[in-house]
Amino acid sequence: MGMAAEAQFHVLAVDDSLIDRTLIERLLKTSSYHVTAVDSGTKALEFLGFHDDEQNETESHSVSPNDHRQDSGGKASQFLGFHEDEQNEAETPSVSPNNHPQEIDVNLIITDYCMPGMTGYDLLRKIKESKSLKDIPVVIMSSDNIPSRISRCLEEGAEEFFLKPVQLSDVNKLKPHLLKGRANESQPNINSRKAMDERHSLERTRTNYDGLEVV
Amino acid sequence: MEVGQMQRRLADYTKSLFMEGILDAQFLQLQQLQDESNPDFVVEVSSLFFEDSEKLLNDIARALDQQSVDFKRVDAHVHQLKGSSASVGAQRVKNACVAFRNFCEEQNVEGCVRCLQQVKQEYCLVKNKLETLFRLEQQIVAAGGSVVPMTELGF
Repeated sequence: MGMAAEAQFHVLAVDDSLIDRTLIERLLKTSSYHVTAVDSGTKALEFLGFHDDEQNETESHSVSPNDHRQDSGGKASQFLGFHEDEQNEAETPSVSPNNHPQEIDVNLIITDYCMPGMTGYDLLRKIKESKSLKDIPVVIMSSDNIPSRISRCLEEGAEEFFLKPVQLSDVNKLKPHLLKGRANESQPNINSRKAMDERHSLERTRTNYDGLEVV
Repeated sequence: MEVGQMQRRLADYTKSLFMEGILDAQFLQLQQLQDESNPDFVVEVSSLFFEDSEKLLNDIARALDQQSVDFKRVDAHVHQLKGSSASVGAQRVKNACVAFRNFCEEQNVEGCVRCLQQVKQEYCLVKNKLETLFRLEQQIVAAGGSVVPMTELGF
């Protein structure tokens, strides 16, 4: 067997619906991507080795009136990596949350918009606010065709917005974003030691909900 | 019945489901994702759909039965059902859900109860039809034949 020109791309899929997760996983695998599928934004961040301290801004929780599936109870615990109650069986990969971030190499994140607790938009924001994760391309999926939602996501840095049900032709649009990401990789995008050093010099910030952001 | 006849019967049956609008193009998409490495993909996804739907229909019925109906909750369930039916190509179920959401928005209990009946009916229909379809496929495979994706039949 000859040497592959490039290693397989690794896509992290996030969707609380088991059916949609099964579907997106199959679509991605058919396109020869290595896939990890999780059922919540919280689990996605855990998998990515996300550290709260890496954020410069205070965490603001955005609430959209269109998202009926938001949990009303305070979910601040989510930000600390607690597992929320899920009606679906979690398809967590067998990776411990304490894994060194350097070993998780995710080339693209594709996430559903409407999820209980942390929406896809919330997840997108956390990723874009994270020093170590902001360069990972993020794609949003939604069953609702709401122009303001679409532009909000694109403005926040999402590369694409797919309407569900996602098609093979949509998945084909991912390649350029993945190739661009690979071309930009001049240094490892996650460095846990660097993050540790920076944490000591960061001021401790209280979690602060500076008003609910209603769209 | 010989294999060729069985395959023609299956093709006609599947075609009728599309003509009646019970299934849409998304179902073809599922079939296209099925291959030797994932030979049961369509049945697998359909089974997930059946399980999910039955639970949601029960949840919706219970929510509508409350003294004070939580329409947001009902709508959330219907939204989920709409999504999963769209994902498997169950067009009539999906459409029934769209109508249902309008009554949720209007906070119209009677309208919602009627819609629930409608959605249940469409769901039972598509479930029966798909189970028949899968049975026909099984018979073909048992007789040594192969099941060809609809798109390759020039449909």
